Amino acid sequence: MSSFLAFTIFGLVSGAAYAIAASGLVLTYSTTRVFNIAHGALGMLLSFVFWDFSVRQGMPTPLALALVLLVVAPAIGWFLQRFVARDLGDAPVSVSLVVTVAILVATLGLAQQVWPPEARSVQPFFAGTSFEMFGFFITAHQVLTIVLSFVVAIGLYALLNRTRIGTAMRASVDNPELLKLFGGQPERVAALSWAIGTSLAALAGVLLVSTIGLDYYALLLLVINAFAAAILGRLKNLPLTFVGAMSLGLLTSYASGYLPTEGLLNSVRNVVPALFLFAVIVAMPQAQLRIGQVKGIVAAPLPSPFKALGWSGALLLGVMLLASGMSEANLLLVGTAATYAIVMLSMVLLTGYGGHVSLAQITFVGVGALAYIKVDQPNLLGVLMAGLVAAGVGALVALPVIRLTGLYLALATLAFAVIMDKMIFQAGFAFGFNGSLNAERLSILTFQVETTGAYVWVMALFFVVMGLGLLVVRAGPLGRMLVALRDSPAACGTLGLDQRWFRVGLFAVSAGMAGVAGALYAGLRGTVGAAEFQFFGSFTLLLMAVVFGVTSVTGAALGGIGLMMLPVLQADYPGIAGLFFVVIAVGAILLARDPNGLANQLFRLGNMLDRRYGTRVRERIPVLPVPGGSIGGMREIARAEHDANAHADHTLDTVGLGGAPGPEGTDGRKETAGVQ
Amino acid sequence: MSSSPVPQGGGHRADARGGPLLEVDHVVVQFGGVTAVNEACFTADPGTVTGLIGPNGAGKTTCFNVISGLQRPTRGKVRFQGKDVTSMPVHRRSKRGMGRTFQRLEAFGSLSVRDNVRVAADIHRGVLTGLLPGGGRGKDIDALLERVGIAAYAQERADSIPTGTARLLELARCLAGDPKLLLLDEPSSGLDETETDAFGDLLRDLASEGRAILMVEHDMDLVMAVCDTIHVLDFGSIIASGEPAAIRRDPAVQKAYLGYSDEDDEDHTATDLPAVSDETLVIPAVREGAEA
Repeated sequence: MSSFLAFTIFGLVSGAAYAIAASGLVLTYSTTRVFNIAHGALGMLLSFVFWDFSVRQGMPTPLALALVLLVVAPAIGWFLQRFVARDLGDAPVSVSLVVTVAILVATLGLAQQVWPPEARSVQPFFAGTSFEMFGFFITAHQVLTIVLSFVVAIGLYALLNRTRIGTAMRASVDNPELLKLFGGQPERVAALSWAIGTSLAALAGVLLVSTIGLDYYALLLLVINAFAAAILGRLKNLPLTFVGAMSLGLLTSYASGYLPTEGLLNSVRNVVPALFLFAVIVAMPQAQLRIGQVKGIVAAPLPSPFKALGWSGALLLGVMLLASGMSEANLLLVGTAATYAIVMLSMVLLTGYGGHVSLAQITFVGVGALAYIKVDQPNLLGVLMAGLVAAGVGALVALPVIRLTGLYLALATLAFAVIMDKMIFQAGFAFGFNGSLNAERLSILTFQVETTGAYVWVMALFFVVMGLGLLVVRAGPLGRMLVALRDSPAACGTLGLDQRWFRVGLFAVSAGMAGVAGALYAGLRGTVGAAEFQFFGSFTLLLMAVVFGVTSVTGAALGGIGLMMLPVLQADYPGIAGLFFVVIAVGAILLARDPNGLANQLFRLGNMLDRRYGTRVRERIPVLPVPGGSIGGMREIARAEHDANAHADHTLDTVGLGGAPGPEGTDGRKETAGVQ
Repeated sequence: MSSSPVPQGGGHRADARGGPLLEVDHVVVQFGGVTAVNEACFTADPGTVTGLIGPNGAGKTTCFNVISGLQRPTRGKVRFQGKDVTSMPVHRRSKRGMGRTFQRLEAFGSLSVRDNVRVAADIHRGVLTGLLPGGGRGKDIDALLERVGIAAYAQERADSIPTGTARLLELARCLAGDPKLLLLDEPSSGLDETETDAFGDLLRDLASEGRAILMVEHDMDLVMAVCDTIHVLDFGSIIASGEPAAIRRDPAVQKAYLGYSDEDDEDHTATDLPAVSDETLVIPAVREGAEA
């Protein structure tokens, strides 16, 4: 019984810290409509700052705390709102989420860069002081945490309901433009709410860090706790958020107190917040279809069938030549790039065409790899099974969430990724704790792919086939439906499209593609373990996809190579390993509003060169006979390409390559980020 | 498979044949403390054009949202072909034969005009059957574009065409599903005079095919010319219903629109004059066909 009381108090203390973090999240989300997935990461970064001030530089604790909470945190929050997250409120979730994921990754990179891994610890406040209550001791730090959570709750309530700026904050939720007309300053309101929100993330981090330790990743996941608490109050109700946070704190505490210390249930304690999040989401009511959605986000122009086939052939030939003269280690890298490229194809379908964001693609790769090994059919059937299993799991994740908006889907996938990472993949029936499994290379129609070079070529072939398949789908009726659904869900509904099943299907196919990548990857490496499918991988995957272009097959290929290079570069330059994260994040922030990414810039360059020199070059080469009848959907592509390119040319004109800038001024952003 | 439509509440003719295609039955929609639609009752019959008019903010679009399923009413029922569809999802109402256009445009901006209609045809055929080759036959699509008069824009991107054209595109998109009931939300705004006349003819033509058309419209000339019946909404309540000529003479309508009642004032086709005296609020609603 006394232990129950102890767990209760401990639970309330963690709940209090979650409540502080969650109210910060609610504040920023409800005033700016931007869900800051980096909320926990900022708490982590600022805890490091606090450590730096109070321990490394030896400042008195109150001074260090005041500096962090009142100067550094608000400054970061203000900066982020002002220069990074501005105008994201009306943007589609695939843009706003990418930007905040980029903030998260940048924050992590920065923390690793400035404070390289070493043992650090932060003492609790008033260390050594404790009070006796009902027969046990409760530390002053714990009392302080609970008191502060109430101070924050009451303070926020008073701010929102009793002050002018609070009224302006609430007004800016409804209509920032109108607020402006009435003399309010929505920009200032937004910046203020981000400043306060970041400060609250810092406070929660600093309060928690003496118990959970200064760790890059542990506090990152605080956003899941905060989010789980906040959605109980639908991301706007502060009292309910408080209740949610306290319940979650208690649940976490009881789980760690009473769950068995062995077997699968042992690992449940690591994922209580993620499970809580799922439970709350499942209980949420259906979201209404909204009218007045974002329109006219342009995908990269479709290549003509001959161009697509030509480049496919060139890629396969290139990989073949590469493979013949490459060392085993480098071949493995090429194979890894091919894996990533296939995963990015799955994101082209889901995010580029469909406008949804998954933060669990790497997890589906893991599911595919696991299924391939367990099915133990090292042939095409095994790969197919792996894809089907991953697709099934993907459908299961999407089903409870699909009635809700894209943000909830994305966060549910994150919760799913954490559950798989911390619990399932490490379980005995999967890879095992710190364990790994052996996989065989596949044989195709009884032909055993023995050498790594041949295997890598087969992977490239898979990429090409899936990429061409994607283009055929995009040009056909299904592709048009995807675009239509992204442009206006409400109109699709009134035309008779059942969006829930359509989206579950889309999500499942995307997960299945990632699963196929996982199966191939398992065969490539021979041994794979849980560590290769950690949740964080999906973040860098998403950012890389956006940087290189999440709307085109070319972007997927380039992104795959880029993501493969990342750890290689980090290993080569360990001194600036963290900076690479920052660079990618900055790139993603700059390019997030143009999902066509670097690949599209390449297309433009190609078109420009073609215009300047194309005719001259063509005059000098003999005319090639045009191949006869086209294959299946290829004609469709040709037609769609014609339509799409009409606009691509228009974009080119406005860019003014070598000419005057068009009416849109800059690089055709009007088409790509036309938020209305 | 489905239970036979049983008349409810005594007075309603709820039979699928002969009765109204659409019945809005004492629908109430409240947003917090604001009552957007208050006990609205009206019907739409096959082969007729029904107008829903009223000052801005009267609750017309909210009524459309309730009928098409984008908004769940606080109270009241919507019946379609005699069947209660109040809690039916949007897409299933569409499958039963409802089509609508939007006041704030919802064209698929990144598709061409032609592909907008093609998608609608594909969706109508069903997602899976839409995958079979030969989907959304080009001839039918072009005929539809021709019919609403936007064939010239077929290859344009839908977010680059003029507003009036985009509204016609939304109509064409609806028609690809061959709906029995058309809900048109301010379809003529953005059209010039000639285009509006042609549009009026098109509406009559569509009605003569046996479709029921329910239209929210601010262009009084058009409303008076094409509607068989008009319902006037003000502050969420229906204050008058009847034939165009009767509506034009109705003092309550004149008050709601103009703030005063004047029998001689025929030229006022005011659209944006929500100035309303307090008396309007207490004028008893005149309802037709929905009272028990």
